[in-house]
Amino acid sequence: MVMINSILLVQKLSVQTWTYILVGITFTLYIGIAVWARAGSTKEFYVAGGGVSPLANGMATAADWMSAASFISMAGIISFAGYDGAVYLMGWTGGYVLLALLLAPYLRKFGKFTVPDFIGDRYYSNTARLVGVICALLVSFTYVAGQMRGVGLVFSRFLEVDINTGVIIGMLIVLFYAVLGGMKGITYTQVAQYCVLIFAFMVPAIFISIQMTGNPIPQLGFGNELADGSGTFLLDKLDGLSTDLGFAEYTEGTKSIVDVFAITLALMVGTAGLPHVIVRFFTVKRVKDARKSAGIALLLIVILYSTAPAVAAFARTNMIETLSNQPYATVPEWFKKWETTGLITFVDKNNDGLIQYVADKNLNELVVDNDIMVLANPEIAELPNWVIALVAAGALAAALSTAAGLLLVISASVSHDLIKKIINPKISEKSELVAARLSAVVAVCVAGYFGINPPGFVAATVALAFGLAAASFFPAIILGIFYKRMNKQGAVAGMIVGILTMLYYMLKYKLGWFDAVLPDKSEWWFGISPEGFGSIAMLLNFIVSIAVMKFTPAPPKDVQNIVELIRIPSGAGEATH
Amino acid sequence: MTKNKSKAYWKDNIRYLFILLTIWFLVSFGAGIIFKNFLNEFKFGGFKIGFWFAQQGSMYVFVILIFIYVRLMNKLDKKYGYDK
Repeated sequence: MVMINSILLVQKLSVQTWTYILVGITFTLYIGIAVWARAGSTKEFYVAGGGVSPLANGMATAADWMSAASFISMAGIISFAGYDGAVYLMGWTGGYVLLALLLAPYLRKFGKFTVPDFIGDRYYSNTARLVGVICALLVSFTYVAGQMRGVGLVFSRFLEVDINTGVIIGMLIVLFYAVLGGMKGITYTQVAQYCVLIFAFMVPAIFISIQMTGNPIPQLGFGNELADGSGTFLLDKLDGLSTDLGFAEYTEGTKSIVDVFAITLALMVGTAGLPHVIVRFFTVKRVKDARKSAGIALLLIVILYSTAPAVAAFARTNMIETLSNQPYATVPEWFKKWETTGLITFVDKNNDGLIQYVADKNLNELVVDNDIMVLANPEIAELPNWVIALVAAGALAAALSTAAGLLLVISASVSHDLIKKIINPKISEKSELVAARLSAVVAVCVAGYFGINPPGFVAATVALAFGLAAASFFPAIILGIFYKRMNKQGAVAGMIVGILTMLYYMLKYKLGWFDAVLPDKSEWWFGISPEGFGSIAMLLNFIVSIAVMKFTPAPPKDVQNIVELIRIPSGAGEATH
Repeated sequence: MTKNKSKAYWKDNIRYLFILLTIWFLVSFGAGIIFKNFLNEFKFGGFKIGFWFAQQGSMYVFVILIFIYVRLMNKLDKKYGYDK
């Protein structure tokens, strides 16, 4: 009897109550872990003490990597872009191959705390270090602003608080565990956050795959026939629906091959150059652990990334079938609910009472935000309330884990690279730890400010962050490891030229700062979009670095010896100052 | 002697990198992008092959590549006595 009562109770709980319960439990868990894993030394604060197991580091890297954008927006973007969405799938996973094969093992062997640390020591120059710090701060701040905004959005949609209140709640939580626990606290909360977010992403995906195709594995399901007995393959059906409405075939896309190539490459090398990802590999014990944890991280990431395109195809088919040419008066309840948030808008242009959803902008009456595809999917598929709440908890886990990782990079850049290595090398261990915590507090406040007052270019910032990382760090690190003769003049010149060209292209062709109107596609260099330009800026960095190096002296003997040492895996000491 | 040993180790390492990164390039930029239109002529269940490589296959290959690299390098470290 008691059991039956409690089952009835579980069924009756509203989405909102479920959300409070699940978000409450997960947040308590994160805070509990932070108290347990608080950092007592700078080494624990920067690299979690250096003894993290490959599995834990792989999970933490995966959570660190998958942001609110991966969790909430990616499936929706693919849903509307079709084939073109592959740039994100390949770009954001292929970078891990570069990371595992070309960067992580050597940087681990080098054994420092931060990326500017490597740049500064390998290029025996504080100028190089400073350029590294500026690049790290630029990349991380552009990225973190979007994360705080994501936290605010999720709170406001699911808990019906104001977006700004949501941002502040998120700030307080991150502040608590990042400042107290440093890298150690962040690592173990990220392990928990990975579990929450992957469960939350997979449960609705599996349910929907079963509904649409009868196959419980979404990755296989979207290559199957529809479950409606028509004998049509889902993707063929979707191609047909898309062309009927005037869109490109779903499996073909609209971008040029050159641009798809450039964007994929820029995202791959950008991924491999992002400081908050690289720094995770400083936390493991040995070089072989760094290799292994890169493999585990990618495996855990691909679980979500290979599910996303399936969710995208299901959601797109579902949406067109439920809404296209249907009377507005009889739309399902979820449509009205999301209409009030402004994420779905319908204007009956020809007053026929039907929803026309077509490619032609003048005739189209329905506008659907990318984010709907994941957020509203459980409701569209009529899943139980606890699943809907689970998506909220998962989205928060994704946003918080990435924000925390970025904040740590910012605070380490300031307290370690700037204060300890450049301004005051005599600072004591204790004061450096205080400085690290204070910079984390300042960084959270700045990030929160950008979350509440998002700069107009927020949409451009993710592409910008990848482009900047590709144009600055990637060549400098690769050359530093694989080209012994590379010197400081070459590396510094390359980084400066790379990052400035990237900024110029972005400002001119994405934000239109230098012209009265935003320049047209036809003016793009080589037909490459601002999103893909990171690959050109990276090439330019390589060329400038090598050219300048040819005319300047070779690096000192001891630096050349360091390069020989990092190529050999044995004897990786613990990370030191 | 140690100098020659580390040189030989590095050479083997570079050879592995070259082979693995060639595969990395072929599945993603090759099958998923450059040859997509050609491969889309063929189907595998409901998937056009080029589309499948772009949205599924290349990612699976990436994961496998890293684990192969881990194995190869662990063996190489042992062979040269760098596994301590």
